[in-house]
Amino acid sequence: MNSVEIKGLTVAYHRKPVLIDVAFSVPKGKLIGIVGPNGAGKSTLIKAVLGLIPRSSGDVKIFDKSYSPKSKTVGYVPQRGSVDWDFPTNALDVVLMGRYGHLGWFKRPSKKDVAFAMECLDKVGMTQYASRQISQLSGGQQQRVFLARALAQEAEVYFMDEPFVGVDAATEKAIISLLNELKEQGKTVLVVHHDLQTVTEYFDWTLLLNRKTIAYGPTADVFNVDNLQLTYGGKLSFLEKDKMLIQP
Amino acid sequence: MSYELWILFTGSLVGLSCGVIGCFLILRKMSMLADAISHTVLLGLVMAFIISQSMNGFYMLIGAAAAGLLTTFIVQLLNSSGIQEDASIGVVFTSLFALGVILISLFAKNVHLDVEHALMGEIAFVPWNTLSLPFLGPIPKSVVMLGSILIIDVTVILLLFKEFKLTSFDPDMAAAIGIPVLVIHYILMGLVSVTTVSAFDSVGAILVVAMLIAPGATAYLLTDRYKVMLLLSGGIGIFDSVAGYYGAKIFDVSISGAMAVAAGIVFFIVWMVSPKYGLISKFLNQRRLTGQ
Amino acid sequence: MSHLWQSILTDGNTQWVLLSTLLLGIASGVLGSFALLRKQSLIGDAVAHAALPGICFAFMFIGEKNFFVLLIGAAATGLLAAYTIQLITNTTRIKEDTAICLVLSVFFGLGIVLLTKVAQMPTGNQSGLDDFIFGQAASLVGRDVQLMGLTAAALIVITTLLFKEFKVSTFDPQFARGIGLPVGLLNFFFVSLLVITVVIGIQAVGVILMAALLITPAVSARYWTDSLRTMVLISGIVGGLSGAAGTLISTLGKGLSTGPFIVLSATVIFIVSLLFSPKRGLFSIILRRARNDDRLAVRFVLKKVHVWRDKSISEEFLFQETNISKIRFTRVINHLMKHGYILKSDGIISITDSGTMKAEQFRFVDEMVELKEMYPSELGSLDITWIEKQEEEALSKDQLKKLQSKMSEIYTQNPFLNIKVTAGKGGRRYEL
Repeated sequence: MNSVEIKGLTVAYHRKPVLIDVAFSVPKGKLIGIVGPNGAGKSTLIKAVLGLIPRSSGDVKIFDKSYSPKSKTVGYVPQRGSVDWDFPTNALDVVLMGRYGHLGWFKRPSKKDVAFAMECLDKVGMTQYASRQISQLSGGQQQRVFLARALAQEAEVYFMDEPFVGVDAATEKAIISLLNELKEQGKTVLVVHHDLQTVTEYFDWTLLLNRKTIAYGPTADVFNVDNLQLTYGGKLSFLEKDKMLIQP
Repeated sequence: MSYELWILFTGSLVGLSCGVIGCFLILRKMSMLADAISHTVLLGLVMAFIISQSMNGFYMLIGAAAAGLLTTFIVQLLNSSGIQEDASIGVVFTSLFALGVILISLFAKNVHLDVEHALMGEIAFVPWNTLSLPFLGPIPKSVVMLGSILIIDVTVILLLFKEFKLTSFDPDMAAAIGIPVLVIHYILMGLVSVTTVSAFDSVGAILVVAMLIAPGATAYLLTDRYKVMLLLSGGIGIFDSVAGYYGAKIFDVSISGAMAVAAGIVFFIVWMVSPKYGLISKFLNQRRLTGQ
Repeated sequence: MSHLWQSILTDGNTQWVLLSTLLLGIASGVLGSFALLRKQSLIGDAVAHAALPGICFAFMFIGEKNFFVLLIGAAATGLLAAYTIQLITNTTRIKEDTAICLVLSVFFGLGIVLLTKVAQMPTGNQSGLDDFIFGQAASLVGRDVQLMGLTAAALIVITTLLFKEFKVSTFDPQFARGIGLPVGLLNFFFVSLLVITVVIGIQAVGVILMAALLITPAVSARYWTDSLRTMVLISGIVGGLSGAAGTLISTLGKGLSTGPFIVLSATVIFIVSLLFSPKRGLFSIILRRARNDDRLAVRFVLKKVHVWRDKSISEEFLFQETNISKIRFTRVINHLMKHGYILKSDGIISITDSGTMKAEQFRFVDEMVELKEMYPSELGSLDITWIEKQEEEALSKDQLKKLQSKMSEIYTQNPFLNIKVTAGKGGRRYEL
């Protein structure tokens, strides 16, 4: 059984197609990088899958069921810049928000939920910042809090939008080891990523996306100069300048 | 209770309910909707009067809530058709308010619904307009109304506490876990509308805006906790109205105007001296940093 | 009605009032356009409300209703409000909307407080300061009106002279700084002009509704044009019309405030723009969407028929394969038959020669559009308007050849497009 199955996903903003007929299916327990140039529709893909923006057509199945937000099988880590970090709340509180989906209407988080949220904070190494106001955390720490919130969702499939942007090297390492841990637990993790240097190192499978699925499969198979050129167009010249290493 | 106590009580109820509700508006960056709704409520009142031909408080409440929601709805509509948010708010509330003013001068000239009253309220008359309740005896109508709305507000906030919080902080995530973000938005706007109208009758549109925004803004400079901000804002709202009342008494001026001014002064003081976000502590911090 | 025209024709004061609300409308329309683009529309609202305490202060200070002095008072507190908003947003985590709302209500509250003080003064009862709340243009007399009209005219002239400076500093402040414009000074000057507009307007329109005169004409104008110059022009005209129309209507009844009528006149123009503007109006958008859906359906169906040209396909089967409504499907089939692209006999659809050519054309064009979207830096300059314009007519053989050669040209110029994807297992093979 595939954990995620997407067929013929098309999304249009103001009649202009942003995603055209995107299709791929993800086996359980894989860590997948979604890679492509700016404006290729990477974030749009995640949002369309989660139903945050309307799809023109297409079909999204999670564990063979049509996706509904209430299914609680999906966790979402939005881009860090998408929220107002001046919001009066602390790290623990944000992580607790991950429990809301499980609580249902009108119920408050219990002591158990708080304990679980602390556990999640511990997994990202943020225990000592639990009561810190979120605007006083560094970019990396904010991202860790977001990740802890996703862990608190106890989902089977995770969608993460650019979790490595603006974080320090230590956090990046911590995040990737956490993602691997999730993978070993049999969870599926899809990560929008734009640093080509680290793709082969981080991800089992890669989806090269530019409006359409350009190539998809095990990273070793699809992550090569040809496919990248097709994804990025002539812009690929900058890759050579950066002396990027690509295994043939 | 004495005349003075009733006024203080009314003011405190306004300060408390507006202060708490206003926090949500501030955190959702929708403060200007408070301004807009407090103006368009006038149209709701006029329409309710024209349709029902009476000044029955219940009809007024319905009319006002409808006008409030209508405002929110049109603003959202214009917004999604591509007009920037501040401009759509500006167009909608000025139009609806202008319509309200014209309707009053055409159809409701001789009723107690005059525009000046709507702007400034008549909190000084509140204690005389009473309603006899079982067990409690005569109680000013405004107090009954404000009290019931406060109970509704608090009940809804307690029930939807986490939904309000999550949809304010991260609406995308809220939608992703199945919270109906738009429904929550309209519930909140409904609360703002009924709170506005209940306060409107006694203190007028302008004070409603001041009470919705000033206490919350003040509390926002004092705390980093969501719950604390709500409670603190309610408390500051009460303090503002009490201080405003005594100020009005000393200087012999409009009570609701003085309450707005008091709210402004309290905000100003906190803006200067707040231990964490105040200008003075910021200035001192900066000096310490450059001194090292 | 005849009484109205009589008063316009004969009464000098009415003429002056009319002229000055006209000029006021133009000035606020012009400045409002810039305010809108700078996202400062609602600052005008705060400034207008904040003018009230200034007016009261000025009256209390000199003890009589001298229009000029009152305006100075209004301008002083208006500016103070504008800068308090900026200071709050810059020094705290409070966002601009909250700051505007806070300043607006507190200053207005202060105005109400001072109004009650004024009413207690021996001369206060006849002060007529209440008129400032809703605007009463008719109560303006002689020199006041002339002052207002002349100031409005001056505002229009100054903005026209500084048009390009305001344009650059609104559109791209960094660039403006780069070419040596004093952006900070220009901003200050602009806010001051905005304050002056509001201040001269409040006697006619009132403090509560003055914001509408800044916002509504500008928003309406935005519907009709994409050029700033035209937008400013239209906005000025809309403002002027609303000012004049509102003033005229309000003189029809006794004791009607001018402000609400001016605002509603502007609103009417706004609604007309919202619904009927040819480019952005709701009606034209709906119409265009329907037409576009038809267009896409025609392409989709014809391409499908083309793909299955070797099989015999029934109309029913074709309908199942397309994801469109029955009505639209029937319309599309009729359209295609009328143009001779497809034939239908016994419910079996087949494609004609000209239909094949048309389908080819669609395929090429769609591919070009797609490539343009996917590789904007390589193909962004590719001009495809000529072929899109030919959508309705069938292409000649030569034109199709031209299209074909253009396509292969694109492929030779961008060698990477010729790469065949090597997909991994489980992935979908995709060829361009």
